[in-house]
Amino acid sequence: MSQSAVRPTPASPTPEGGHLLDVRDLHVEFRTGEGVAKVINGVSYHLDPGETLAVLGESGSGKSVTAQAIMGILDTPPAVIRSGEIRYRGRDLLKLPEEQRRQVRGKDIAMIFQDALSALNPVFGVGWQIGETLRQREGMSRADARSRAVELMDLVRIPGAASRIGDYPHQFSGGMRQRVMIAMALAMNPKVLIADEPTTALDVTVQAQIMDLLADLRRDLDMAMILITHDLGVVAGVADRIAVMYAGRIVEHADVHSLYRAPAHPYTKGLLESIPRLDVRGQELSTIKGLPPNLMRIPSGCPFHPRCPYAQQVCVDVVPHDLVLGDGRTSACHFAQEVRDDSAR
Amino acid sequence: MTAPASPTKVRGETILAVEDLVKHFPIRQGVLFQKQVGAVQAVDGVSFELRRGETLGVVGESGCGKSTLARLLMRLETPTAGRATLEGRDLFSASGAELRRLRRNMQMVMQDPYTSLNPRMTVGDIIGEPFEIHPDAAPKGSRQARVRELLDVVGLNPEHINRYPHQFSGGQRQRIGIARALALRPEIIVCDEPVSALDVSIQAQVINLLEKLQDEFGLSYIFIAHDLSVVRHISDRVAVMYLGKIVEIGTEDEIYERATHPYTQALLSAVPVPDPEARDQRIMIRLTGDVPSPADPPSGCNFRTRCWKAQEVCANQEPHAVPRAADPHPSACHFAELRPTP
Repeated sequence: MSQSAVRPTPASPTPEGGHLLDVRDLHVEFRTGEGVAKVINGVSYHLDPGETLAVLGESGSGKSVTAQAIMGILDTPPAVIRSGEIRYRGRDLLKLPEEQRRQVRGKDIAMIFQDALSALNPVFGVGWQIGETLRQREGMSRADARSRAVELMDLVRIPGAASRIGDYPHQFSGGMRQRVMIAMALAMNPKVLIADEPTTALDVTVQAQIMDLLADLRRDLDMAMILITHDLGVVAGVADRIAVMYAGRIVEHADVHSLYRAPAHPYTKGLLESIPRLDVRGQELSTIKGLPPNLMRIPSGCPFHPRCPYAQQVCVDVVPHDLVLGDGRTSACHFAQEVRDDSAR
Repeated sequence: MTAPASPTKVRGETILAVEDLVKHFPIRQGVLFQKQVGAVQAVDGVSFELRRGETLGVVGESGCGKSTLARLLMRLETPTAGRATLEGRDLFSASGAELRRLRRNMQMVMQDPYTSLNPRMTVGDIIGEPFEIHPDAAPKGSRQARVRELLDVVGLNPEHINRYPHQFSGGQRQRIGIARALALRPEIIVCDEPVSALDVSIQAQVINLLEKLQDEFGLSYIFIAHDLSVVRHISDRVAVMYLGKIVEIGTEDEIYERATHPYTQALLSAVPVPDPEARDQRIMIRLTGDVPSPADPPSGCNFRTRCWKAQEVCANQEPHAVPRAADPHPSACHFAELRPTP
């Protein structure tokens, strides 16, 4: 097995990439009254047409901030994009003037959020909100936008769409509101859909419905999807590839099957061992000791070293680069192969 | 810390018995002359027993009444009807000194560690507050020592006694909430979604702590959660709630391996399993529609509007949670049967 330290993302050797979306070495800081929080510290990932990439991480890992940077909806200030590229079809979005950036947002890349109730405007009917982009951006007439909104509501399987188009967000259940938001995101036929914790606020039976819907829509409309979540169960159900984030870095990147079979980063391994499973009985829950780092004082070397059972002196001194493990897998750990071999056992 | 349970108290005996508990919240209309136009039937005839030293898991989706059940047991709400006896004494008729005594025996850990701790009190004051209300639990001079001991028991540094809640992380705050619940050496702790606000890596720490404390002090838990995997991990017995009723109750094994109620089966089949290999093997039961409004529940079996087995009898006759032919644990379904293994 080849083992060499390389910086760029795996499987992206050509400079033009050929990837639909290519995030390269992104650095984002938040400047606050108390200091500078280094939220994203060199994140690289890519997305190809038709695939589902899951970005997995806990709160504060930077998974949502990366997505907001891609969408161009980061609040700057306090956020500052220090460096990096976000290439969509070869064009660096970060270098585009706002007017052109706006053309990409919604039309090429669309996003849905966790909390549909606060993402929707309470004083307008849902049909009006779904049609808003079509009227504003495509110059559609009110009547056309309205009939397109009904189509979109049918597409996301809202029963009785035509009769519910004038209803307000509060008249819908949580699952139906999420569908309304998905319909809004689909209005301009985007090529990339970013779903930021789309089912976290929902009950398990509704969560299953929404995840099914997203998977079907992704296939039928030939989109690529970035699924941002903390839920290892949801990821296992839909993702093709997974990028695991910790303290603003991608610590492990692999296809979904290899990652669950044999995680190659101690953090991923710890996460998988610490969740109770419905299909495994009488297991002992192992824990990851300690707490995620304060982003204003990220530990030296490997940011995970204070919590890591594999940590050695080298982990305190040297930042681990992505170690390529074959099959396009990488792990940012000095002991990646050892961890993987332990996991596979 | 000495164990609160005296040697005469036998593990496994019934400590809390709840019978036909009902809570209806009135819906009123009108400004000056309010008249009741309906009722939200949050809890509608719930019965169960809690045994000493066991964990009873209560699962269900939002709006099923599981949190109202917790609040009723803590006497934070007054029940519309029903009885509950804690060690043989009636929980709902108690008042004054008797109620204080009962409450001391039953404490609660809340879901949200960010809003359930007073930001202007130090951790020492928060954990020590129960001693203000029950001065006999710890004499004034020994309180600080007792609070330090509690901090140590839940895995926090006793030196942090003078810190404020905002100086702690979510998981640590939940530990503070647990220490507060332990202060009066209760026998029952009602945990209402104690880990759902926590990150995955922190969840396991808190679950392990709860299990350790149970072994150490012989505690009984009522563990309310929507996460079926967490509930299976921690519970000895499990009750499944839907629209204010317990639809199925049994041991962890009976519920997770031999469920006979269609709702339980659907719920279990929808839980995402962290194993991509299982993606194509698991057959998910897809429920259609949403949970009906608890202000206007369906007649007969309240699950029938979403149930694929529903027949005429389900609309006319309410099924009771009784042992069924398919498996001897109580299940409230006319057509209770084991799910065929694929």
